[in-house]
Amino acid sequence: MTTIYEPSRGLSRRELLKRGTVGAALLISGQAVICPEAAWALEATTLKPETMATLIRLARDIYPHDQLADRFYAVAVKGQDALAAKTPEHKTLIEDGIADLDKRSGPGGYRSMAWEDDRVAILRDIETTPFFQAVRGDLVVSLYNQKEIWPIFGYEGESYSKGGYVERGFNDIEWL
Amino acid sequence: MAAPYDLNDNSVVVIIGSGAGGGTLGNELAQKGVDVVILEAGNRIEYEEFINDEWESFSQLAWLDNRTTGGGWRVSKDFPNLPAWIVKAVGGTTTHWAGASLRFQEHELKALTNYGKVDGANLLDWPITLAELEPYYAKAEDKMGVTRTNGIEGLPGNNNFKILKAGADKLGYKECHTGNMAINSADRDDRTSCQQTGFCFQGCKWGAKWSTLYTEIPKGEATGKLEVRPNSHVVKIEHDDSGKVTAVVYADKDGKLQSQKARIVCVAGNSIESPRLLLNSASSKYPDGLANSSGQVGKNYMRHTTGSVYAVFEKPVHFYRGTTMAGIIRDEAKHDPSRGFVGGYELETLALGIPFMAAFLDPGGWGRSFASAMDSYANMAGLWIVGEDMPQEQNAVKLHGELKDKYGMPIPDVWFTDHPNDVAMRNHAYTQGEALYAAVGATRSFPTPPYPSTHNLGTNRMSEKASDGVVNKWGQTHDIQNLFISDGSQFTTGAAENPTLTIVTLAIRQADHIAKEMAAGTI
Ligand SMILES: Cc1cc2nc3c(=O)[nH]c(=O)nc-3n(C[C@H](O)[C@H](O)[C@H](O)COP(=O)(O)OP(=O)(O)OC[C@H]3O[C@@H](n4cnc5c(N)ncnc54)[C@H](O)[C@@H]3O)c2cc1C
Ligand code: SF4
Repeated sequence: MTTIYEPSRGLSRRELLKRGTVGAALLISGQAVICPEAAWALEATTLKPETMATLIRLARDIYPHDQLADRFYAVAVKGQDALAAKTPEHKTLIEDGIADLDKRSGPGGYRSMAWEDDRVAILRDIETTPFFQAVRGDLVVSLYNQKEIWPIFGYEGESYSKGGYVERGFNDIEWL
Repeated sequence: MAAPYDLNDNSVVVIIGSGAGGGTLGNELAQKGVDVVILEAGNRIEYEEFINDEWESFSQLAWLDNRTTGGGWRVSKDFPNLPAWIVKAVGGTTTHWAGASLRFQEHELKALTNYGKVDGANLLDWPITLAELEPYYAKAEDKMGVTRTNGIEGLPGNNNFKILKAGADKLGYKECHTGNMAINSADRDDRTSCQQTGFCFQGCKWGAKWSTLYTEIPKGEATGKLEVRPNSHVVKIEHDDSGKVTAVVYADKDGKLQSQKARIVCVAGNSIESPRLLLNSASSKYPDGLANSSGQVGKNYMRHTTGSVYAVFEKPVHFYRGTTMAGIIRDEAKHDPSRGFVGGYELETLALGIPFMAAFLDPGGWGRSFASAMDSYANMAGLWIVGEDMPQEQNAVKLHGELKDKYGMPIPDVWFTDHPNDVAMRNHAYTQGEALYAAVGATRSFPTPPYPSTHNLGTNRMSEKASDGVVNKWGQTHDIQNLFISDGSQFTTGAAENPTLTIVTLAIRQADHIAKEMAAGTI
């Protein structure tokens, strides 16, 4: 699980990056969600960066794979920002959806809830909403269709260029 | 070499669709010297261009024109605009298909007689017998190079098959092998043998698997008697005052409407587009659509009783390696009502890659239960259930009341609800599948719901009497002599077997009939 550190106004990105190195944290600065530990940043163009940070957490709660780093979830939700940039209705859907999620989560909002089970309980209440459906429906492709994660699941992907599996273990099972 | 025919040439046989039915019929007729134009809505994509990537391949080949769906099936909720997973390209769904090629069983062709009346089902006997089909089955198997026929060896079993076989042995199943597959186990027909790449559903980049795209179609073209016109989307079939069909109106690659004259029209657009086209061709003479005096056009939509069982083991399986459908158990394909349902089902191995597994394992599913299943992907084995479903009148392809496609034609609205017999069969198969994997040490298994329909059948069904169905035993419409149906929509009932071998068999047989009648001058 990722801790997200939200700075008060006025802290520079450099300062944030410096602080971030203290622990595995996602930082929000200007228009970006930054992961200093792994040296990546996700720029938000239309959605609020806080919204993007919540989407990353939400994405992990929907498809929780502990062996996947945050950046895969960040890449997976990027499309929400892109779509929001193109269609104002989508922007509203996502921003309102996140706001609603925060409201249901008590004073600190969704990301402040420490236990996955507590967050998931809230998600179960909203799983039929268009907001949740839009996020999950996109995520099931945008997460699992990332070639970089396939080896982590033990899927080898394209095989034609390697001559198929005829010489590479199509029948190599030994434990039966 | 491919013969280009004039739009005003009214001596040609026009076939709509180039898949299993249309592609085969086109070649068969061309071999007999008949002039044929195949109009195909999709692109011509040769097999070298296929893509070993599930979603990319899907966008390359799948039929993505808007469709809607309703009824009690879960697909209508999970995939509201994708009732069926079929192809829009030269070669049709034989580009995507897995290659399982099984003959129907004798009793299945007489479903009403053998099962008796089933409440809520619209069962009927086929107007043909197995004996009549057998010589054509033999031709089809030879043409397609089906393993375990014509002295062709079976394919080697992959890991997924080995698990299936071990479980089958434990359960006492007797008939389990690597299937009757239209996939080369050795070089044959100028095509290479299977390299076990595991992307059969994405189009075989080796050409090892039979598809009309690189067998029937080029062979037909080589005769100089067949023209395949890709990017030609038929919107309407026209007729004269006598009621005979005379021409086919289609949108060409630029979306411009063209009219191709025809002596005979054969519809082979698969079981959603074929009835849609007949319904969309309604005229003052045929206000309910062409060939619809029985009112059965679009009705009795069948899709096989399907479902999958995936199971997780302690150790790796890598089931995505090798042929997608790598083996079969046939013991449950019999008709044995003591199981609580009529008809039977086959169990066939199936594997999906990570992207499709995520989409289809439990559509809409999320959370730890779902994610931990995905975490075990490398240790998964899987099988697919394919069984006979009941034809029901209200399961139907209808014209949408409001939505139109870009040519202004109403889009298809596909309605389906399981019959109680379908549900009982699926539950039985789930139990057997889970027991099979448990017997080999599965730690967890998943009864996975049906995918969007890959087998689409029955919407222009064959019947003895004109009042019961749309076509006669030759696939010729009861109402219009020079209008034929040449795809799986002719099926009177679905049987337990994957349909393509039978579609090809019927197309070969239909070609004989058409050529004979043309020679006799009757059509
Ligand atoms: C993933 C998958 C796996 C499968 N595996 C098997 C298997 O192992 N064994 C088996 O027996 N079957 C299998 N099938 C089913 C099999 O592919 C189909 O049953 C078979 O291809 C149907 O043949 P058809 O001629 O009816 O239609 P298709 O092969 O779908 O061909 C219809 C063609 O008509 C064209 N068309 C439609 N409408 C129009 C129009 N208006 N104008 C012009 N052209 C039009 C389409 O673009 C298409 O090319 C599988 C299917 C899928 C999707
Ligand atoms: S496994 Fe065999 S049949 Fe399937 S795509 Fe690969 S080579 Fe072709």
